Amino acid sequence: MQTISARLLERKWLFLALIIILLILPFFISDFRTNLLGRYIAFAILVIGLDLLWGYTGVLSLGHGIFFGLGAYIMAMHLSMESMTGAVPDFMTWNGITELPWFWAIFSNAISAIIGAIMVPMIIASILSFFIFRNRIRDVYFTILTQALVLVTTTLIVSQQSFTGGTNGITGFSTIFGYSLSSPATQKGLYYISVGSLIVVFLICSILVNSRFGKTLIAIRDGENRLRFSGYDTSMFKVLIFSLSAGIAGLAGMLFVMQVGIISPTMIGIIPSIEMILWVAIGGRGTLIGPVIGAILTNSAKTFFSESYPDFWLYFLGLVFVIIVIFLPGGLMSLVDKVKRRGGKHEKKRKEGTERKETNHSAVG
Amino acid sequence: MKKNVKRVQKEKKPIILQSDKLSVRFGGFYAIKEFDFSIPHGELHFLIGPNGAGKTTFLDAVCGKTKYSEGTLTFNGTTNLAKLKEYEIVREGIGRKFQAPSIFPFLTVFDNLELAMKQDKRVFPILFSKMKDSDKAKIDDMLSLIGLKEQKNVVAKTLSHGQKQWLEIGMVMMQEPDLLMLDEPIAGMTEEEEEKTGELLLELKKRCSIIVVEHDMDFVRKFAEKVTVMHGGQLLCDGTMEEIQRNERVMEVYLGKKGDQANAKAL
Repeated sequence: MQTISARLLERKWLFLALIIILLILPFFISDFRTNLLGRYIAFAILVIGLDLLWGYTGVLSLGHGIFFGLGAYIMAMHLSMESMTGAVPDFMTWNGITELPWFWAIFSNAISAIIGAIMVPMIIASILSFFIFRNRIRDVYFTILTQALVLVTTTLIVSQQSFTGGTNGITGFSTIFGYSLSSPATQKGLYYISVGSLIVVFLICSILVNSRFGKTLIAIRDGENRLRFSGYDTSMFKVLIFSLSAGIAGLAGMLFVMQVGIISPTMIGIIPSIEMILWVAIGGRGTLIGPVIGAILTNSAKTFFSESYPDFWLYFLGLVFVIIVIFLPGGLMSLVDKVKRRGGKHEKKRKEGTERKETNHSAVG
Repeated sequence: MKKNVKRVQKEKKPIILQSDKLSVRFGGFYAIKEFDFSIPHGELHFLIGPNGAGKTTFLDAVCGKTKYSEGTLTFNGTTNLAKLKEYEIVREGIGRKFQAPSIFPFLTVFDNLELAMKQDKRVFPILFSKMKDSDKAKIDDMLSLIGLKEQKNVVAKTLSHGQKQWLEIGMVMMQEPDLLMLDEPIAGMTEEEEEKTGELLLELKKRCSIIVVEHDMDFVRKFAEKVTVMHGGQLLCDGTMEEIQRNERVMEVYLGKKGDQANAKAL
């Protein structure tokens, strides 16, 4: 029995179990809950990219709200153009704008909006990070810089009210690619698209971290100097991974806005950017599956608490984070690893003489 | 007479690293001042000197960790090292092992060597690289050379101090360098490990030129072919170990006063 449960706790089985649960859950819960779960899945996609960046490469970004927001805003712009009755969305009319600005018009096509929601964050992230990493800005200085960038972004969005909807954000969508957004079938479709995206992103990133490239990322985290003196231009590796995580964040933002129906600066600001990092930490960084679970669990808990005990949510989140940092620095996944190791010991006892080597150590620093 | 012939032969060998009037300055302080140095192909060369003599700074200047202010460093006769970045210097064929073992602790010994291996190390070639059988063979060869065959799949952080040092030497050697620079490779090793390291150096000498910074005089005496003594950032003298031991200025620097025979023996 022990060996079976230990094997079930291996990463791939854990992920498979999670996907099966996510696939059948909509049959047992209400449409409203399904929609909520769909949003959490969007966050789960986002944290995979963050885990590549922080857990594997050791680059802590507190600014992924920017890229999440870019993806979300680009899709929101598209949805808003799809739903508008006049030449421009309503809020523009109120601000005295009569013609669509060019950076709106290019996303009026559904395909260009989808591509844009992923590519624009990637391009902006590569340009930003190229200059940051080239100049060897790292560790806490990099983190502070990303916080500043979030602030710049949200301030810009708020100040450009006539083009961005200001603090109110962009909302009031009625259809998506011709389907009615209010119908449960569309929402369910979007839910399954989110699950599908989660699977694709997870698989791609799993292959990536187990390749030679993935080992390079871990090497950057644990000994960037050694790697540089082994002939690697480490800054270019960091640019690529930063840009990839930004693209994933853009995809997540796009899926988020489709299911939530609104995007505003407060949803992409400093606090959400930090919260994303908490999900990674709670789940267990450097494991890919851990952050996915962390994002879904934390957000479910958030909903539960804010519905039942609205005053306690923030205290609860703070408490959980403190407990994790003190007792489980490796996040929830280290709990799983502990159970697994216990199972592994039993196995070792049973099969005496066969040595069990952990070649693919989770590497949580 | 015999000695002379030998020397002529040595001078024929092409110079791999040439330092001309090299100076490294930190603010107003010269860590290295007008240092002339050269090492031919295939030599095991020891760099010694009291603390603060500029030995490690010299290695730093060669590998690009520290920028030098004056003079020139020429590699393989033509390559000027001043304009190259660290990783470009490595790609030219200079390998550097640091004093404290610096390895990738959460990767296995095999993975450590895999990453260090000579290959196209730009981002996209790495992204699409696949493990070839020839790669595996190369890594296995290196594992036997540095004596870590049994630790192949062990996570590197669990290695002993000595094993970590060997692993890092192995990693640098995987780059197939023409010049290997080691900074106190035997610091913190047991006598047995020192012996093994010395033999490893003699083996590596067949593949590349080696510069070793070392404090342990027993070790230097045992394995040195040629020794350069640095003092206060400048060249004090160079030659074979016997020549160095006879040199009065060296004794002065090491002992503080002339003619202390007991201490001179320790040198």
